[in-house]
Amino acid sequence: MAGELVLLDFWPSPFGMRSRIALAEKGIPYEYREEDLRNKSDLLLQMNPVHKKIPVLIHNGKPVCESVIQVQYIDEVWHDKAPLIPSDPYQRAVARFWVDFVDKKIYDLGSKIWKTKGEEQANAKKEFIECLKLLEGELGDKTYFGGESLGYVDVALVPFYTWFYAYEKCGDFSIEAECPKMIAWVKRCMQKESVAKSLPDQEKVYEFVLQLKKLFGIE
Amino acid sequence: MAEEVVLLDFWPSPFGMRSRIALAEKGIKYEHKEEDLRNKSALLLQMNPVHKKIPVLIHNGKPVCESLIQVQYIDEVWHDKAPLLPSDPYQKATARFWADYVDKKIYEVGGRVWKTKGEKQATAKKELIETLKLLEKELGDKPYFGGESLGYVDVAFIPFYSWFYALEKCGNFSIEAECPKLIAWAKRCMQKESVAKSLPDQQKVYDFILEMKKHFGIE
Repeated sequence: MAGELVLLDFWPSPFGMRSRIALAEKGIPYEYREEDLRNKSDLLLQMNPVHKKIPVLIHNGKPVCESVIQVQYIDEVWHDKAPLIPSDPYQRAVARFWVDFVDKKIYDLGSKIWKTKGEEQANAKKEFIECLKLLEGELGDKTYFGGESLGYVDVALVPFYTWFYAYEKCGDFSIEAECPKMIAWVKRCMQKESVAKSLPDQEKVYEFVLQLKKLFGIE
Repeated sequence: MAEEVVLLDFWPSPFGMRSRIALAEKGIKYEHKEEDLRNKSALLLQMNPVHKKIPVLIHNGKPVCESLIQVQYIDEVWHDKAPLLPSDPYQKATARFWADYVDKKIYEVGGRVWKTKGEKQATAKKELIETLKLLEKELGDKPYFGGESLGYVDVAFIPFYSWFYALEKCGNFSIEAECPKLIAWAKRCMQKESVAKSLPDQQKVYDFILEMKKHFGIE
């Protein structure tokens, strides 16, 4: 059933991290291939001709594109271990809603924080914190968004933690000061091997962001 | 099992149409509540506090937000009739990919066709046709994206057909001339009662667009 599994990825991508975590949670061996996004491989262009983006999960030669689709696919194929998505349709709809919320908000707002300055950056920081607070509200007193164990929303959201230090340095603010419950949740997730080994070091991500800023001529 | 199903909706919304079609395909009785988006009801704001948008599906008092999440929910709860999503995980992933592609492209690019003029509009028209051609290619020789019967991608995409006439008039072009296979597919879908009774008249949608253009001061 395992077959041949390849993940085309890029180390700082929070989207790639989602699939890394899902595969690790299920204990599935796979080949990790690092892409150079300025020089995309033929394989990537062949496997994701529509968007030409990573991550791409290739299972027995067949591509699955888009990180949330990959996580659902992994959960469905390897359904007997560490289930990520609830079985109840309503709880499933709620989990999908919050993953969609993360997709709609976190990446774009985070990007604005490191790419902009002045009023635009201030607005982005404000909205970003509001979104994290909403997520904190959804987490409530649960250990994870998935309840007692890591679930779909946890897997979708925790990768962005690796970018928090970069956002904080670029935006000159503290996410922990505003959202302590969120950081507490993150630290719980990071205690899990599947998460810890899938996420790069925050300092490395910050250096990467600084390089990007230089490349794009952003102060 | 007495079910109370309510759909908070807005008649020209292609997103609302998706849920209307899914409910009709399954033969589910529900209460359709038309929202005035300039004066949103207390119920809408209570049921979708995060986005404050329609459609909202309320099942036995519990809200499900986001149209694609609603369609999947409807398919999972009322799974014994007219299945929309394939059962095979890979086919499911493929269906989700194309529904996601429709979500990423059609509404935004279509919006640019009726909202802009000159070069911006020309670019938008070109992009729209490219997008539709890619979807035509995915359809291939199948009667529906779902194969022999209406599926997830058909439900996600067909609502935008009700906007084609408006886009053609605003952009002064013919979608059928460029994408005949797609229009043939759309007409096939329209022969189904679930689709025909869920989509508004194209002329009505065009009149609505004209009103919006006037309202936003677009020529």
